[in-house]
Amino acid sequence: MLRLEGVESGYGRTTALFGIDLHVAPGEIVALIGANGAGKTTSLMTVCGNPRAKAGRIRFGGDDITNLPTHAIARLGLAHCPEGRHVFPRMSVLENLQMGAAFADPAHFHGDLERMLERFPRLRERLHQRGGTLSGGEQQMLAIARALMSRPRLLLLDEPSLGLAPMIVRDIFALIERVSAEDKVSILLVEQNAYHALKLAHRAHVMVQGRIVASGTGAELLADRDIRAHYLEGGAGV
Amino acid sequence: MEYFLQQVINGVTLGGIYGLIAIGYTMVYGIIGMINFAHGEVYMLGAFTALIAFLAATLLGGADSALGLAIALVATMGFTALWGWAIERVAYRRLRKAPRLAPLISAIGMSVVLQNFVQVTQGARVKPLPPVVHGGFTLMQAGTFKVDLSWLQIGILLLTLALMAGFTWVITKTPLGRAQRATQQDAKMAALLGIDVDRVISTTFVIGAALAGVAGLMVTLYYGVIDFYIGFLAGIKAFTAAVLGGIGSLPGAMLGGLLIGLIEALWSGYFSIEYKDIAAFSVLILVLLFRPSGLLGRPDVEKV
Repeated sequence: MLRLEGVESGYGRTTALFGIDLHVAPGEIVALIGANGAGKTTSLMTVCGNPRAKAGRIRFGGDDITNLPTHAIARLGLAHCPEGRHVFPRMSVLENLQMGAAFADPAHFHGDLERMLERFPRLRERLHQRGGTLSGGEQQMLAIARALMSRPRLLLLDEPSLGLAPMIVRDIFALIERVSAEDKVSILLVEQNAYHALKLAHRAHVMVQGRIVASGTGAELLADRDIRAHYLEGGAGV
Repeated sequence: MEYFLQQVINGVTLGGIYGLIAIGYTMVYGIIGMINFAHGEVYMLGAFTALIAFLAATLLGGADSALGLAIALVATMGFTALWGWAIERVAYRRLRKAPRLAPLISAIGMSVVLQNFVQVTQGARVKPLPPVVHGGFTLMQAGTFKVDLSWLQIGILLLTLALMAGFTWVITKTPLGRAQRATQQDAKMAALLGIDVDRVISTTFVIGAALAGVAGLMVTLYYGVIDFYIGFLAGIKAFTAAVLGGIGSLPGAMLGGLLIGLIEALWSGYFSIEYKDIAAFSVLILVLLFRPSGLLGRPDVEKV
């Protein structure tokens, strides 16, 4: 579904990714874990063309998207739920969801909206409230719901647990699991919260300084002693 | 009292015109954070387009018919919309990621280019237009003083109201308006949702320019004289209106325009007409000193 081959990328003259290879198969949840500044977010943003890959190829479905503009990539069915949630602060919850569905078939809108509000009852309560007035957890739910309103084939999720209370983090991960099963959407997940991410993911990659240094199934990496030491038990990445 | 009422009528008419121009400033500022100092020139181009359209209609013998007015309106809006699109394309798009000073200087350059272009092609002399819309009625009479409301003033007010209402509807209720607000609030995220940000920005310029074009047409009809330099003062006043209302705020631009028009008309009515610009611009200074976010604007700092 998504395939990155030797992707290099960065900001200005700084290179942040040194040849990334990874793929996401239909229905799969793939996690990228690693410390701050390892290039996880840059990987997701490069998939969306901002910044653009300096070398390598990115394919999505049958299309080569390496050089497409960001909005064109999104319209192919690739939804990105970025780090920091980026809810539109002065638009209502409903308008945020409408923005998510901007390029979906309008015939689906009411059904999809109802489904999202069923799944996130808090959003129904706040439907006409401005996005900026929601709590962090609510904003994260809204950001995920907004991304799903486009009926994507692939969802890029960047740090969905960032800055949220532990209880809510658990809810969010449970939700991601449900979304992947119910909406039949593939997920590429970036997380610093490696424990939750590895438990959830089918496969995962560990990034260090712009390179993938270890790959395996979630369970394998979770059992790996080095990974545990670095990213789970008080290591740099936790 | 009668005198006051007459000045209010004049002020509201003028204020509507300023408001229409101010919308363009405030929208462009909202969406790309720059002051489009060439916007006043678009208004001037609208005035010239309208003048040419009316003169052509006069030659054909239909300038004062409703059809003649409608054709002039459509021609003016279409032509200024095209200019708005071209200005953004030529002078601003490539500077989207440049430091903020660069597009500002580019805007001033564009403004000078357009002024001189019109001066060279149309001549520097003041251009008169004989009255196209005649008549009106007297609201009240006190002794020898009459309070008049002309058909032209009514037309300007109704058209302004209709445009502002229609435009507010577009911004608050349609997918295009949502895309504009989304781009304004978080352009990067809008792109991730499939919004073509460049196109939204172009549309913003086109709409703002068309509204300024209408203002130009109204001024041509209202005052009957125009020259290549009118865009400067009107542009700065509409900018003042946008700042007064709170730059970036759409209702603010309309309110600010109305207030600037009223201030100007009342000042000319009761104090001195020579100092009316000083009154309007003193407002700009006072607002910037005491309420920089304007009447309806929001403070710059936003809780995340």
